[in-house]
Amino acid sequence: MNLKELYQEIILDHGKNPRNLRKSENFNKDAKGHNPLCGDNVHIFLKLDENKKIEDISFEGSGCAISMASASIMTELLSGKNENQTKEIVSDFLEMIKKKDILESKNLNENEKTKLMCLSGVKKYPMRVKCATLAWHTLTSAVNNDQVDLNVEKL
Amino acid sequence: MNIDNIKKEFPIFDNKVQNNDLVYLDSANSSQKPQKVINRIYDFYTKEFSNVGRSVHYLAVAATNFYENTRTSVQKYINAEFADEIVFTKGATEAINLVANTFGQKFLKEGDEVLLTELEHHSNYVPWHFLRKAKNIKINFAEINDEGQITIESIEKKITKKTKIIALTHLSNVTGEILPIKEIISLAHSKGIPVLIDGCQGAPHLKLDMQDIDCDFYAISCHKMYGPTGLGVLYAKRKWLEELPPYQGGGGMINEVNKEGITYGELPNKYEAGTMATAQVIAFNESIKFMEKIGIKNIEKHENEIIKYGEEILRKNNSVKLIGNPKNRGGVLSFNIDGIHPHDIATVLDEDGVAIRAGHHCCQILHKKLNLTASARASVGIYNTKEDFDKLNESINKCKKVFDI
Repeated sequence: MNLKELYQEIILDHGKNPRNLRKSENFNKDAKGHNPLCGDNVHIFLKLDENKKIEDISFEGSGCAISMASASIMTELLSGKNENQTKEIVSDFLEMIKKKDILESKNLNENEKTKLMCLSGVKKYPMRVKCATLAWHTLTSAVNNDQVDLNVEKL
Repeated sequence: MNIDNIKKEFPIFDNKVQNNDLVYLDSANSSQKPQKVINRIYDFYTKEFSNVGRSVHYLAVAATNFYENTRTSVQKYINAEFADEIVFTKGATEAINLVANTFGQKFLKEGDEVLLTELEHHSNYVPWHFLRKAKNIKINFAEINDEGQITIESIEKKITKKTKIIALTHLSNVTGEILPIKEIISLAHSKGIPVLIDGCQGAPHLKLDMQDIDCDFYAISCHKMYGPTGLGVLYAKRKWLEELPPYQGGGGMINEVNKEGITYGELPNKYEAGTMATAQVIAFNESIKFMEKIGIKNIEKHENEIIKYGEEILRKNNSVKLIGNPKNRGGVLSFNIDGIHPHDIATVLDEDGVAIRAGHHCCQILHKKLNLTASARASVGIYNTKEDFDKLNESINKCKKVFDI
């Protein structure tokens, strides 16, 4: 197994300098998630406009390179997407990270897909899959207004 | 002591792990098993199996004898006064739950206090937390000093007239500190307070003498002592076991059962309800023999040398920050590297066959106090060598390269 597959440049970059690591002003949806096994935690903030389009998305939290990079890339890709597009991208990503070889989403362009595929190396490290999915599950919980502190271990 | 010969007794090291020689630095989590312990489980199930303490046939009598032999071995190993002060449990966790539950039932009432330390593993906090809810008691924590140490003074400061029991670790599974338990116990006893020692990390590495340290309760995890999983030992002074109520009800723990009422069995049966982890208990005797053959003094000496060497190496590595600065260190070194999360460290190290633990090590109270979410931990057993720490250091340097530190 090659470490470079897991820790690709783009992951190291986003892990070290996460984008949108802040709290959105006037956010109207948010959710917290954590992984009790390792202590990683994330708080996602969403500002949706009247058409439920993501006007701003940001996060706070701490965790390993994989979880921070995954949250960072997620916020970049989902900015400007509407609720349905968001849900479709999240489910495509979650399937890819667990089993599929490719992303099939109609709502991501090729560049965006390439960027997201950088996380696909995680598949070979079963103990680390939850690091990559924490932010995405938490986002779903924010969109659905679940109002719970999501425990990624229970998924 | 020839370490190569000792390592050869552990078959796990005969095989490659992901094409690497295994560098196992996770013994504080669980130790590897000698062939003799593994064989004993196999032999018992293959040739000698029967339930213990019930039937009168040949196999049952033999199994009962094997089972009770382990109890006597443990008694001698930890120098308990009586064999019936040794209670088998499903783990150290259950041993602590047993004490918290029964002691709480009998002796704790609203407003009473239990004193723990900030170093405690969750298994020596959560069972007491249950009582906080059920009995409305208060839990106090003796605080660590700037070096991460628990001193006599830090304990003394938190003892009040309402303190009914003190429960603390023998050896921190994060900082590696060996606590001055004998002095703490003597202080507590001078105020009439009993003491429970969480010996999960102490028992595999330190000489144990229950009559000398004079603790009231001592919890042991057998799988950290080169023994099987699913097994723990609770040492308790006889007077406590006699006075406390039973923990679980079932077969084997009773004296006489009537529709109107029940009387309970003699010690230690009173605390061993149901069919116990028989094969594990019997095999654990081999673990004790293994440790006795090497000699606990030799184990301590060897592990001290290795861990001192490891500490020196890691202190020389600029990016590595050790957690805590214990006066007396047992075989545990926890650390962080600025800019690399412990999980990423562990994944990169694993690629080289170096097995460490990353996370909060079930010590969130301590990590929160130190403003950490997680740490990386290297811990040793009798099979570790200085070369293992050389390999750890090499791997850490590789990790720094990957993350451009």
